Amino acid sequence: MDDLQELYREVILDHNRRPRNFGELKDANRVIEGVNPLCGDKMTLYVKVADGKVQDISFKGTGCAISVASSSLMTERVKGATLPATLELFDKVHDLLTGAHSHEPEDLDKLAALGGVREYPTRVKCASLAWHALKAAIADDPADKVTTE
Amino acid sequence: MTPRSAELAKPALRRDFATLRDDFPALHQFVHGKPLAYLDNAASSQAPNAVHEAMTQQHRLNHANVHRGVHALSERATKAFEGAREKVRRYISAESNEEIIFTRGTTEAINLVASSLGGVRLRQGDEVLITWMEHHSNIVPWQLLCERTGARLVVAPIDDHGALDVAQFEAKLTERTKIVAIAHVSNALGTVNPVAALTAAAHRAGAIVLIDGAQAMPHLRVDVRGLDCDFYAFSAHKMFGPTGVGVLYGKRSLLASMPPYQGGGDMILTVTFERSTYNALPYKFEAGTPNITGVVGLGAAIDYLERLDFAAVAAHEATLLEYATARLTADVPGVRLIGTAAHKAGVLSFVIDGIHAHDLGTIVDREGVAIRTGHHCAMPVMDRYGVPATARASFAFYNNQSDVDRLIAGLQRAVEIFRG
Repeated sequence: MDDLQELYREVILDHNRRPRNFGELKDANRVIEGVNPLCGDKMTLYVKVADGKVQDISFKGTGCAISVASSSLMTERVKGATLPATLELFDKVHDLLTGAHSHEPEDLDKLAALGGVREYPTRVKCASLAWHALKAAIADDPADKVTTE
Repeated sequence: MTPRSAELAKPALRRDFATLRDDFPALHQFVHGKPLAYLDNAASSQAPNAVHEAMTQQHRLNHANVHRGVHALSERATKAFEGAREKVRRYISAESNEEIIFTRGTTEAINLVASSLGGVRLRQGDEVLITWMEHHSNIVPWQLLCERTGARLVVAPIDDHGALDVAQFEAKLTERTKIVAIAHVSNALGTVNPVAALTAAAHRAGAIVLIDGAQAMPHLRVDVRGLDCDFYAFSAHKMFGPTGVGVLYGKRSLLASMPPYQGGGDMILTVTFERSTYNALPYKFEAGTPNITGVVGLGAAIDYLERLDFAAVAAHEATLLEYATARLTADVPGVRLIGTAAHKAGVLSFVIDGIHAHDLGTIVDREGVAIRTGHHCAMPVMDRYGVPATARASFAFYNNQSDVDRLIAGLQRAVEIFRG
């Protein structure tokens, strides 16, 4: 597998082609706009937080394959998760994308595919945008906008 | 052309573009294990050895401040610095060295005019006319000025091919139009604007004209007196010189009537705590120690350009652009070109169905091909064509057919990865 295949793994390409949970969420109680000013990518994250859980989640917007797949994989994974578990997952994904630890964090399952960006410093922000939006959405004092800068 | 540069032109004319490439060390390297195909010239061009050598010499042996010391090094530095000003003047056919102001780049040159001239010239209800294809640096300084003065920013539209709608441009020129600011060549679309005719029309309406020449200088031989523009701004690093230095050309009478832009050393004659008097042109607009080495590098880049036959450059680049356009549309599925004006220079902007520009950029980079992807600091252009970003290959005279073939192969790889 060469570098490019490492980055564009089948699961990434699949989620880019057919993003899951794509579109507006009518009964969202948290709506966050995520912007990557470097490339002009924009995504809106819709989250319904209730009973200490991410009850429902969706996103829409434009972006590269990495950013769309990251958003799609994220929504698929955190739907139904408790807020503490979601925050814990955020930290794990953060470590995965930045290579903060030498070993790959455990229990990432499909999300491990995002690890390919580590070799592409300019693309880390593409993968992390959705996650920063999610973290802002479930905060006690949610923001309405996040940027990667 | 002076007799000296005419003599120098002869050997260059005999050299074909393949050997000119040898003058650029950066082009002879491997990236990700592949030979580099550098197609991001509209963002920044590579510099020839002559530029690197002139800058090294300035740094190593002639470094001192300019216009100050009585010692030998300062005199040498001043001579090199002012010598570069004379080279710029001659190269763009300006009348006087007083009309050549060194800045940090095109952006600062435009801000200088917006700030200094705009402040005294614009009143509430006046208008600044720009075009839809401007770079952010020829939009935002005018927006700031309009906010400050109550003037209005008016935008002349472009057509589906990326050409300026000249009739609409002329229709928007009224007695309220005080400043017209237009790109000579569009960085995002490659469109070459008919700036001489636009300038004449703006002058008939009584407006002052600034031309953003950042993208024109590497492709065209510019004659500011022939264009009759009031201001012409450009950057050294897009014309084979270093970053951090640019030029504002301005007509002497206008520059003389304008207040200083920044205060500091070099721009004054006398200073007391009550008041200061300002230095003569061009120094009035050059506060602080300038980028001396950068200016010397620009001078060396101009020496290099003086030896090129620009008719041959234009023909070579037109052939490359035509070849690249043909191969891109024939050999890469799902391509849509953004910017297909009849008169273009050096830029091929495009999108591919189902593959975001950033993914294209990453994939071709791994094949050793450098292109720019994104909004190219021209978000209104992206909005106009309904795309978030484009991929842009941009050419210089040192590019060749093989660079294009490598780009096409890289894009085919991207299609293969994405479509399986």
